[in-house]
Amino acid sequence: MKKNKIVENIAYIVFLIFGMLTIACVLLITVYLIVSGIPAIKEIGLINFLFGKKWASTAQEPSFGILPFILTSVYGTAAATVLAVPVGLLSSIYISRYANKKVRSVIESFINMLASIPSVVVGLIGMVVLVPTVAKVFRLSDGATLASAIVVLTIMILPNVIKVSVTSLDAVKKEYEDGSIALGATKEETIIKVTIPKAKSGIASAIVLAIGRAIGEAMAVVMVSGNVANMPTLFDSVRFLTTAISSEMSYASVGSLQRNALFSIALVLYVFIMLINAFLNIFLKKGQEN
Amino acid sequence: MEIIKTEDLRLYYGDFLALKGINISINDKEITALIGPSGCGKSTFLKILNRMNDLVDSVKITGDVYYNGKNIYDKKVDVCQLRREVGMVFQKPNPFEMSIYDNVAYGPRTCGIKNRLKLDEIVEQSLKKAALFDEVKDSLRKSAMALSGGQQQRLCIARALAIQPKVLLMDEPTSALDPISTSKIEELTLQLKKDYTIIIVTHNMQQALRISDKTAFFLLGDLIEYSDTERMFTKPQDKRTEDYITGRFG
Repeated sequence: MKKNKIVENIAYIVFLIFGMLTIACVLLITVYLIVSGIPAIKEIGLINFLFGKKWASTAQEPSFGILPFILTSVYGTAAATVLAVPVGLLSSIYISRYANKKVRSVIESFINMLASIPSVVVGLIGMVVLVPTVAKVFRLSDGATLASAIVVLTIMILPNVIKVSVTSLDAVKKEYEDGSIALGATKEETIIKVTIPKAKSGIASAIVLAIGRAIGEAMAVVMVSGNVANMPTLFDSVRFLTTAISSEMSYASVGSLQRNALFSIALVLYVFIMLINAFLNIFLKKGQEN
Repeated sequence: MEIIKTEDLRLYYGDFLALKGINISINDKEITALIGPSGCGKSTFLKILNRMNDLVDSVKITGDVYYNGKNIYDKKVDVCQLRREVGMVFQKPNPFEMSIYDNVAYGPRTCGIKNRLKLDEIVEQSLKKAALFDEVKDSLRKSAMALSGGQQQRLCIARALAIQPKVLLMDEPTSALDPISTSKIEELTLQLKKDYTIIIVTHNMQQALRISDKTAFFLLGDLIEYSDTERMFTKPQDKRTEDYITGRFG
C-alpha cells in the first residue's frame, strides 16, 4: 500500500514537471525579451523608437525608428486578412454545407497540403513567379513589393481560415437550420442568417489565428518584399518587423545598439502577438458560453 | 373538412421501407395525435407533410400526399410556400441566436415583409397567440437564448405562427420540457385549435388523450388504427393498439 503511494507521488511529480515545461519556456522567453529589449528602447527613447520614420542602423549617424516596420506589418497583415477572410469563408461554406463527402475529402486534403508547404518554399515560388508577374502587370522596375508580400501572406493564411471556419460551421447543429427551413427559408438564406451567426465565434477565432500567423511570418515575405526599410506603400519594397530582425541579426555585433534595437523590435512583435492571443481567448470564451 | 390526405404513402431510407403504405385523412381545425413506439415512423410521417424529408439524401417517397386537394410532391409545388402554410415545431426548442423579436420576425422577413409597424404587429400578435407576450414584452430585444426551455418552445411556436400557417406540425414538442411548461404548451395547443390544424407526435399517451380529437397509432411503419381519441383509448379495435396504450410494450 505504502509503496504504491510513493510510486503515485513520483509519477505525479514527473508529470507535473513536464506539464510545467511549456510555462517555463514561455516565461523564459518573455523575461529574456523584456530584459534584452528594454536597454535599446531606453537609449533611443520609446517615442523615437516606435514612431521614428527612419531606420538606418549602420549609418554614420544611426537612426532607429521602426514605424516603417510596424506599419508594414500592420498593413500587410490587415490586407492579407481582408483578402483571405471572404475567400476562406466562402470556401468553408462550400466544404461544410454543399460539397458531397468525396469532393469534401479531396478539397480538405489539398488544403492540408497547402497548409504544410514550408514557408520558404512558398517564398521561393513567390520570388520566381509572383514578383516578375507583379513587375510586369504594374510596370514596376522591381516586383518585390508590399503587394507581392500581401499575396503570399494571403495564400499562407488561407488554409488556417478555412480549416477553423469549417470546424465551427460543422459544429452548428442541424436542428437550428431545420428551424429556418421549416419557416420557408431557402438553404442560402438559412446559411447566411442562421448558420454563420451561430458559428461566428469560431469564425472570429479563425480570423484572429490567421492574423497571428500573418504577422509572425518572416521567411516567405522576406523573399518577395524587397527588404528595404521604406515607409510602406503598395508598390514599394518594404521590410516587416520579422524580417527587420532576421536580416540584420547575422551581422550585428554583440553589445552594439543595433543588436539591442533588434531585440527591442522582437519585443514589439511579441507584444503584438500577445494582444492577438488575448483577443483570441476572448472569442473562444464567448464561444464556450454559447 | 379534410385538409390533408395521403394515399398509399411509402417512404424508403435507402432500401429500408420506413412507411408501408399509409392512408389517412386529417381534418381541418382538429388536433390529431400520432402515437407509437420509437422508430414506428410517426416523426417520419410528420416530416413528409412539410417536405422536411427532402433534406435527407437517401429518402425516396412514393404514393400521394394531398394538402387542400393539391399533391404536395408535384414538381410544380413551391416547397418554401408549402412550408409557410404547414409550419413546424421541433422536439428540442431551437430558437435562433437573435433577439426574441428577430426570432419571431424571421419568417415574415423571409417572406419579404419589411415594414416596421407591420412587423411589430405580427410579432406582438404571434407572441400573444403563443401565450408568451406578457412574459417577454419588456425584453423583446434581449437574446432568445436567455429564455427558459418552456419559454423557448413557446417562442418557437410564436415563430411558426408568425407566417400565418394553416397547419402546425409538432414533433414531440414537450419531450424536453418540465411538467409545468408541458401543461402550458398543452393548454396553448387547445387554444390554437380554433384557428389551426394541429398534428402532434407524442410519446405521452396521457397527452394524446388530454388534447387530441383523433389519434393515429403507428407500429413498424404501418398505420394500425386511426379513430376518435376517446374511442381509441376506451375501445381500441386492434389488439396491438390495446397492448400499446395499456403499456404492455413501447
